[in-house]
Amino acid sequence: MREYDVVIIGGGPAGLAAAASAKKNGIDQILIIERDHELGGILNQCIHNGFGLHTFHEELTGPEYANRFIDEVKKLKITYKLNTMVVNITKSKVVTYMNSLEGMIEIQAKTIILAMGCRERSRGALNIPGYRPAGIFSAGTAQRFVNIEGYMPGREVVILGSGDIGLIMARRMTLEGAKVKVVAELMPYSGGLKRNIVQCLNDFNIPLKLSHTITKIHGKDRITGITLSKVDQKGSPMKGTEEYYSCDTLLLSVGLIPENELSDNMGIELDTVTSGPNVNESLETNIEGVFACGNVLHVHDLVDFVSEEASLAGKNAARFIKKLKVGKNNDLGKIIELKSENGIRYTVPGIIRLDQMDDTVVIRFRVAGVYKNCYISVYFDKERVIHKKKTVVAPGEMESILLDKAKLNDYPQLSQITIKLEEV
Amino acid sequence: MEERKLTCIGCPLGCEIEVKLKEKQIISIIGNTCKRGELYVREEVTNPSRIVTSTVKVENGKIPMVSVKTQNTVPKGKIFECIKELKTISIKAPVKIGDIIIENSANTGISIIATKNVEVSE
Repeated sequence: MREYDVVIIGGGPAGLAAAASAKKNGIDQILIIERDHELGGILNQCIHNGFGLHTFHEELTGPEYANRFIDEVKKLKITYKLNTMVVNITKSKVVTYMNSLEGMIEIQAKTIILAMGCRERSRGALNIPGYRPAGIFSAGTAQRFVNIEGYMPGREVVILGSGDIGLIMARRMTLEGAKVKVVAELMPYSGGLKRNIVQCLNDFNIPLKLSHTITKIHGKDRITGITLSKVDQKGSPMKGTEEYYSCDTLLLSVGLIPENELSDNMGIELDTVTSGPNVNESLETNIEGVFACGNVLHVHDLVDFVSEEASLAGKNAARFIKKLKVGKNNDLGKIIELKSENGIRYTVPGIIRLDQMDDTVVIRFRVAGVYKNCYISVYFDKERVIHKKKTVVAPGEMESILLDKAKLNDYPQLSQITIKLEEV
Repeated sequence: MEERKLTCIGCPLGCEIEVKLKEKQIISIIGNTCKRGELYVREEVTNPSRIVTSTVKVENGKIPMVSVKTQNTVPKGKIFECIKELKTISIKAPVKIGDIIIENSANTGISIIATKNVEVSE
């Protein structure tokens, strides 16, 4: 069986950044496995601009951002396989992949970096009554049709969900000559970035209906229309508020789910809130030497943060291998738990092993609703140590705080860190 | 006198800002909570402009479409004209990121460039 130091599952932004970082940290035997015919992942279909402001201090389109990392991976002579699907990973890190050239192959990895990304929630998850006509697509599928294959899914469009992909597709379909009639959002606020609401909807006079959902899909062979209803505070449709919209296309932008079937099968513990693996400060899962980064770990809003997170995973995989070489055990040392409370939905990582931690660790999290004039507070056991004022926080925008090792060391009894929102 | 309502895109707060104009001159800006809001509104009222991104057909390429963008922002009113021009053309592979696809798109003085590499089909 062929052996590799690091096997990376997925050649999107996370996999590419993780590979480059592992290589720069002294590891040579690296393999990226990608199921598509090219590297770059979902960025290839995100042809709009706005990527890379944090990383490169300029606004790039998705393909341009991906290419910066693809070029680097090629320059570093990192090996990768395209059109190749990983079908199984065992606890002892045997990776089974298949492609049409080699057939089914098993390889042994010393470390694995999970970078499979996420997928869209589909109609099945929504329970909208009606037939199953043609013309209903997830926003990302439509994006692929239009931007990569060059096909138009339809001419008269309704979009359910105001996530960023839905908003971006509202503009894209309009530019391509379709009529986008309405974007409906179940929540009283949009899940997308403000910038996208203005530049994708307002610029083209596309109405955004908050607190609305689709209660019926009309049409049998092809969708012919939808019924839109207002929802009450609990999200239940209100009688008498029904409105009919004719359309030949319905796009769904109703959330993203980390793609963790491989992780789950190999025995990795998944978090119930993020649907991604539980990880420690090194982004290592409950299986030693298996790391996770990017949207497979938790869904990000900006790719820049994916790259940053993935670089850390790559570096830690390299560190893990170097320790294997000198025969040092991965001593767990002292463990500090991270807890999210009061308006904070989750934190990544979930635990910090003080001995393994770098000088600092970034804690990323999302909030549960829109809150204005609040504080993000961090408690070391019972003592409040960080109290950061925010004019506004929203579920669509990932938040983060930085913890210093030096500061953690000042609290030798510390066993739990709690992050919560507090009112002014 | 003209009144316009704009949503600031400077941060997630998304201030609703009201601008009053007289003969295209700004006479008041209300609703912004910081300086960025004022700058955004001034730019948006006097010279709204956007980067336009789309795709163009590729002949003999490994993939059928190549993504493109305007090299700089173009006036908002010119967006559809820029897109329309792209519908009429196709380009031959290979394409390199930064290759000029159309010069002086829709008479804006701005070029449209490729944002993806496309190799020749084998």
